[in-house]
Amino acid sequence: MTATGTDTPVTTASNEPTAASEPVGSARSERLSALGQQHGALAVLVIVVLAASFGLDSFATGDNIANMATSSAFLAIVALGMTFVIITGGIDLSVGSLFALGGVLAAWGARHGSLLALLLPLVVCGAVGLVNGLLVARSRLAPFIVTLAAMLGARGLLLALTDEGADTYLIGKGTFLAHLGQGTTLGLGNPVWITLALFVAGAVVLRRTRFGQHVYAVGGNEDAAALMGAPVARTKILVYTMSGVLAGLAGALNAAWLASGVTILGNGMELDAISAVVIGGTLLTGGLGYLSGSLVGVLLLKVIQNVINQIGSLDSSYQQVVSGAFLAVVVIAQTWLGRRRQLM
Amino acid sequence: MSAPAEVLAVRGLSKSFPGVRALDDVDLTLRPGEVHALIGENGAGKSTLIKLLTGVHRPDAGEITFQGRKVSFGTPLEAQKASISTIYQEVNLIPLLSVARNLFLGREPRNRLGLLDFARMHREAAETLRTYGVRVDVRQPLRTLGVGAQQMVALARAVATDARIVIMDEPTSSLEPREVETLFSVIRRLRDDGIAVVYVSHRLDELYAVCDTVTVLRDGRRVHHGPLAGLDRLALVSTMLGRELGEVRTEGVTKFAGDHRIADSQPVLDAEGLTVPHKLHGVSVRIRPGEVVGLGGLLGSGRTETAKAISGALPVRSGNVTVAGVPLRGGSTAAAIRAGISLLPEDRKSEGIVPGLSVRENIALAALPRLSRFGLVSEARLDRIVDTFVKRLRIKASSPHQKVGELSGGNQQKVLLARWLAMTPKVLLLDEPTRGIDVGAKAEVQKLVDELAADGLGVLLISSDLEELIEGSDRVVVLKDGAVVGELTGDDVTEDELMRTIAGDVPAPDVAKGVTTDG
Repeated sequence: MTATGTDTPVTTASNEPTAASEPVGSARSERLSALGQQHGALAVLVIVVLAASFGLDSFATGDNIANMATSSAFLAIVALGMTFVIITGGIDLSVGSLFALGGVLAAWGARHGSLLALLLPLVVCGAVGLVNGLLVARSRLAPFIVTLAAMLGARGLLLALTDEGADTYLIGKGTFLAHLGQGTTLGLGNPVWITLALFVAGAVVLRRTRFGQHVYAVGGNEDAAALMGAPVARTKILVYTMSGVLAGLAGALNAAWLASGVTILGNGMELDAISAVVIGGTLLTGGLGYLSGSLVGVLLLKVIQNVINQIGSLDSSYQQVVSGAFLAVVVIAQTWLGRRRQLM
Repeated sequence: MSAPAEVLAVRGLSKSFPGVRALDDVDLTLRPGEVHALIGENGAGKSTLIKLLTGVHRPDAGEITFQGRKVSFGTPLEAQKASISTIYQEVNLIPLLSVARNLFLGREPRNRLGLLDFARMHREAAETLRTYGVRVDVRQPLRTLGVGAQQMVALARAVATDARIVIMDEPTSSLEPREVETLFSVIRRLRDDGIAVVYVSHRLDELYAVCDTVTVLRDGRRVHHGPLAGLDRLALVSTMLGRELGEVRTEGVTKFAGDHRIADSQPVLDAEGLTVPHKLHGVSVRIRPGEVVGLGGLLGSGRTETAKAISGALPVRSGNVTVAGVPLRGGSTAAAIRAGISLLPEDRKSEGIVPGLSVRENIALAALPRLSRFGLVSEARLDRIVDTFVKRLRIKASSPHQKVGELSGGNQQKVLLARWLAMTPKVLLLDEPTRGIDVGAKAEVQKLVDELAADGLGVLLISSDLEELIEGSDRVVVLKDGAVVGELTGDDVTEDELMRTIAGDVPAPDVAKGVTTDG
């Protein structure tokens, strides 16, 4: 190893071959970029929340916060599954339809008891996810196409079940399911607690289990992962199944909250979930991502929506413009950070 | 433990792919602690053999006996579990994952709850890597490491999985000399531990430095095996290339006419001191109008890289390219094309033709900017050009509108050639122009090369076909490990001389002797 003659970290782009024991570039700027990627959304969320708290009287009230938390919960559960899928380098467009299907199945099943009402959406949506996974992993079809087909198919199934949306199934008051969706614990709705529990469990699975390592490995370099002995197909099948199960669960909880299965829900929800995941710092190309980021992404989308609704004078359609612009900014920042890190 | 004498015994292994018999009745035995060199030229079957041993492909026939048991690996995972580890040419790890997680993927230490034990993982990773001369923060993403260090992580990973056999596929192709030394000491350590190593490399020096035994493959068959010590380099090279020294060679096997009238003028191409890290070390090539200069050397010696560096497709760290006296600036393919350099790439499927487009469109692709005015293409001019080249190159297509993907390999190659000739180049770089095309088409392409040189083009010819190289070239520049080791001119342009130069048995001929004309 030759003396570099300088103590300052090297931050310039360099293609120079580097000795085995020297990392390319500086560890500090690598960490800074990683930090920006991981926590950029959180910083923005804090700023938006602070600004809204000072600017809007009705924002930082207990009711409003509890409302926002509950309405975020359902999207968050969907985004949880989506995060796993996207880290493997895939995409799941079927979750919006599965969310609606899960809701209707739960409401339909509620007539035969809460247990069936919960199990039915999980099993059916999980089965759709499993088929997605099998087609992606075994038949090597593009996730975009496979899940697009599932999205259309699930929506069709939903319409058939409800006679084109004419039949609405209600969830009776006082049932366990209704309590699960509408009840509160310590001032926050039960769906919020369920969501938090799921995220904690998800984080442990993603960061601390072999399956979690395989999720990252498959997205990082599929061929290498296979050569290193990671079960690529099994990992993919599992993440799509998970995504289906979680979308179904989110739909069921949402139906319980609304006390009925509503067929028109979930349109475009897959795109909201994808936006939240990407805003949260997960790379759309796979291999890198954070569950905490996805949660922050969901909150950010919901807070922006809430603020625009409260301003009142602003057409709520602008909420989508803001979300869209925000997504674009995040993707540009991500690309920039990624390129910077690659150059180092 | 009464271990069998052989840790691995391969008998009669065969594998065919559509149109190719990639491996034909090959045997291989490995003893514990043996470092076995596996060598052969392109298409000899090395990769296929490795892929059969590691469960990537399944053999059509033959059997693999590993530690006394007949085995059949369905996946790389099964092979790995059976203790056969492989390090591939390109580092096959996951750049975004941390160094430690790459090292431990699939066998992470876990605590009582079944969760990953990161503290232990990081500690053990750092300890392991230190023995490989790599001192880094193991929590960092792998991609922050240099290529050499990444290679070491891959090696550490392979060894750490309780390997009984480690297969290394050109492990040194991206290493610095110092790192190669570290690798060798690791290999010697493996040998002392009774681990068998299969070492694939084209660098003869390395083979002699570290290997005990050798298997030479050619055209899917085993053509030689035995101890490496005592086998002289020239014999090794001639076995590999399939040429007997001093073998009486029938002249005129190829369709090359022989000598070209070479203008005694300024070189049309003057590439000086081309250097690309790990690939080329100061390669210089000079071509005069009407001259065909061959690039000789083994696979991996830097032939393709030289052509790519000249054409701007490979960024050089230093070196200059001058075309007809004008220095080439920018180092981009666009600049090189404007200056009159055309490269016919080695892999015409991925780097050349657009199979879904017609013959006409493929020919016009590169020349379009020249044929258009204000963004509109003159159809008449285009037709004229396409017509000229289809006739001149004798391209056999039902019409200029036939899709190129439907043509034979030889005709696809001609379409590519036409594309570049439409640019009226001054220098033509041909990388394996006749590979994978039938005999008739081969002869035609060879004849074309002659005609083009006769028209005053400077041609750089790369070919693994020794006859083609020797008979087609007026002069052969010989490369080895990315550097020019000799130049054959005049009467010295023979296969024997070429093999001697590659093997390094003779002192490199006096390069300054320059170009002689007629032979």
